Amino acid sequence: MVDRLTRGPASVSDLARPLAMSLPAVVQHLHVLEASGLVHSEKLGRVRTCAIEPVALRAAEGWIAERRTAWEESLDRLDEYLAEHPDEPPKRSSNE
Amino acid sequence: MSDTATNHATFVIERIYAAGPRRVWRAWADPDEKFRWFGPRVLTKPEHELDFRVDGIERMTVQAPDGALYTFAARYQDIVEGERLIHTYEMYRDDARISVSVATVEFEPAGAGTKLTMTEQGVFLDGLDTPAEREHGTRELLDTLATHLESAGDGA
Repeated sequence: MVDRLTRGPASVSDLARPLAMSLPAVVQHLHVLEASGLVHSEKLGRVRTCAIEPVALRAAEGWIAERRTAWEESLDRLDEYLAEHPDEPPKRSSNE
Repeated sequence: MSDTATNHATFVIERIYAAGPRRVWRAWADPDEKFRWFGPRVLTKPEHELDFRVDGIERMTVQAPDGALYTFAARYQDIVEGERLIHTYEMYRDDARISVSVATVEFEPAGAGTKLTMTEQGVFLDGLDTPAEREHGTRELLDTLATHLESAGDGA
């Protein structure tokens, strides 16, 4: 649903059409998205139009991408570290 | 002025290491070794503690180039020697919590080397509703109220 909205605003029935979800289920899902701040909707006459909140989406993607990137960097450094230190270092004498 | 948002996500990262599982495991379990690859590249004298046992904690604070302090605060939930570790962790930017995650790291032999699979499931917080932002929002509200009272006063 978020994927569809990233391509532009859509009405609730437009959103429901390609999904194997009942209209009430779609509406409920939209409520969750609205509550999370990812989506806002506006009622024009009888049609409710939904649109993405670009700032919220960027923030969300930003954090997730940041976490993933941080781990990828660390895991690459682990590779470098292991290549430079193929043997286990001697166990420290002061065991806990 | 609540700009809160929770975003759930899962990601999986896989790596193949030339070293065997025992060696790779040790790089996670030994505090000195862990710091060598997990700590910041440029040493800014960060604090790092690792108590590698179930219920043990790990904590590291690193200063970003912009001056913000990022803190990784983890608790080890499950450890199967040489095979897997599961830790839950929080990330903070200064005092604001920015994510809460469960990270599972699995180690499998792959020929003479090791296949490492890391699965992270997390809730990523908006990062907008920090105490500073909240304070800013409150101040804005009070300013608006003051302006409103002033104009109301004019009308009286």
